[in-house]
Amino acid sequence: MSALPSAVGRTLTQTGEDGSQSAGQSVAEEAFLPTCEEVPCAPNILRPEGEIKLEARSLNMYYGSFQALRNVSMAIPERRITALIGPSGCGKSSFLRCFNRMNDMIDGFRLEGDVLLEGNDIYRRDLDLAYLRKRVGMVFQAPNPFPMSIYDNIAYGPRLHGRPDRSELDQIVEQSLRQAALWDEVKDKLRQSALGLSGGQQQRLCIARVLAVQPEVLLMDEPASALDPTATFHIEELMLQLMEHYTIVIVTHNMYQASRVSQYTGFFLMGELVEFGHTEQIFETPRDKRTDDYIRGRFG
Amino acid sequence: MRSTKPRRWGERLIEGAIKSTGIATIVFVLLIFVFLLKDSLPLFGHAKQTASLLGTRWLPTSEPEQFGLIPLLLGSLYVTLGAMVISVPLGVACAIFIAELAPQWLRELLKPLVELLAAVPSVVFGALGVLLLGPWFAKTLHLPVGQFAALGSLLLAFMAIPTIVSVSEDALHAVPRALRAGSLALGATHWQSITRVVLPTARSGLIAAGLLGLGRAIGETMTVLMVTGNAAVIPQGLKGFILPVRTMTATIAAEMGETAHNSTHYFALFFIGLLLFLITLVVNVVAEVVVHRMGREAK
Ligand SMILES: Nc1ncnc2c1ncn2[C@@H]1O[C@H](COP(=O)(O)OP(=O)(O)O)[C@@H](O)[C@H]1O
Ligand SMILES: [Mg+2]
Repeated sequence: MSALPSAVGRTLTQTGEDGSQSAGQSVAEEAFLPTCEEVPCAPNILRPEGEIKLEARSLNMYYGSFQALRNVSMAIPERRITALIGPSGCGKSSFLRCFNRMNDMIDGFRLEGDVLLEGNDIYRRDLDLAYLRKRVGMVFQAPNPFPMSIYDNIAYGPRLHGRPDRSELDQIVEQSLRQAALWDEVKDKLRQSALGLSGGQQQRLCIARVLAVQPEVLLMDEPASALDPTATFHIEELMLQLMEHYTIVIVTHNMYQASRVSQYTGFFLMGELVEFGHTEQIFETPRDKRTDDYIRGRFG
Repeated sequence: MRSTKPRRWGERLIEGAIKSTGIATIVFVLLIFVFLLKDSLPLFGHAKQTASLLGTRWLPTSEPEQFGLIPLLLGSLYVTLGAMVISVPLGVACAIFIAELAPQWLRELLKPLVELLAAVPSVVFGALGVLLLGPWFAKTLHLPVGQFAALGSLLLAFMAIPTIVSVSEDALHAVPRALRAGSLALGATHWQSITRVVLPTARSGLIAAGLLGLGRAIGETMTVLMVTGNAAVIPQGLKGFILPVRTMTATIAAEMGETAHNSTHYFALFFIGLLLFLITLVVNVVAEVVVHRMGREAK
């Protein structure tokens, strides 16, 4: 049942008769692929209006012989917060990691289908992985500051991607920490180890560290699950502020969090994207019975 | 329920056995220290010989006897330092390769090979040096002799490498995966992640690896006795590395059999033993402290 959309996608790629879809992007990078209208989408999968930043088309993902994603197609709108919900083990993290190719190094990982960033295939052979990950940043479930100073943590990314001089770095560090709402708490101890910060501060530091490379997309995998309610509140506030400039995709098992911060929500179940739509619609009038059951807490 | 009592007995027995081996180890170390002390202190009853300890000549059979330790200390320093310069970079590089870069099958081949290196008897290394490497180096590099300090360093390095590799590898494995992932996700390459995050994080473990390798090299006797020429002269500058030297360990091994029991020479050899014991103790304690601190940092 899942072979058809993928096959259709491939055929269209090869014919490639229409180039207008992603006009305005660099022609060299262009990889023409069909829009969702051309590919039959599941009925309960909405295609958001407005600019689409990221798109997954007919993804089938495997860890060895285990299939972690089943024919998942989703379009993620620019400068919005998109939440991915679903019971543990349903493939949310696996799906998220497809967008910055953090699955690549897992043994036995295999992917069918296409993942597009602004219409360009990010799994193409000549892709600059460092550049992709600079554009698509990731915040992990558990805060993972490097065992170095707060300053060096933030400066890590910019130092990778260029040779910023001292004053540039100072500026980037301050700006990133301000954006992550951490500046006032750490401005007097930038030279101290980042490991001395509280969990919530460490997570905001990790967010600042990603912001310092000026990404366009923020992937967040349960960024608040290891934090207490106050710290969680901080992170949520922060996301709503960041939405102005960034496309955010957040994985959460906390439905209240999803309903508080996101505009779009996707519900996963056993590797399948069951339903995707406006957050209010998903939570108030789910179309699929399984979504309804999950929202009402009828399973795991 | 019934089984609780006998099992507790058994547990207590095992616990007791483990505890007593632990205590025995401490007692043995203390006893070694006491015996070294007992057989080296009488030396200080002889004023002249005591004064000669700080001299530059080791002439135990001449008249008057001279027990200048400086050449021996410097000899050990040259050989050991040289061994560190070779073994630390090689060992750490090898650990990085095994832990971070090698594919699974190569890793499983390399690890036992490195461990095998530790099992080679030092006399075999010595023979290798005397019969093969020494003459070869002397010929190709036009050295005056085939037995010299750097040759000892080279062979000691290979003996210290297994220790360095295995401790470094543990230190690299102790670096949380989340840190590597964090670095890669920021756009770092694998290599950048290793040099900028993994190595600095594993720093204290790598230092400990070097220190434990050092401890291994200082105490080594047979190989250095065979390949370093055993001339108790003060090595001069870099040239000292290609000339014969005599280490503390080689001195004890070479002379202990020929000296009269309870002679001043005998006491002097024991005093060298005491010094070696203290040096090794300090190096190992420092290494332990560093490893311990590494454990705390990891948390
Ligand atoms: N590295 C991996 N190797 C093999 N299986 C994995 C790996 N990571 C996740 N899985 C499996 O894939 C499924 C989806 O996992 P994941 O994406 O982590 O789910 P979620 O984030 O929704 O909890 C789970 O069944 C999990 O066991
Ligand atoms: Mg997950």
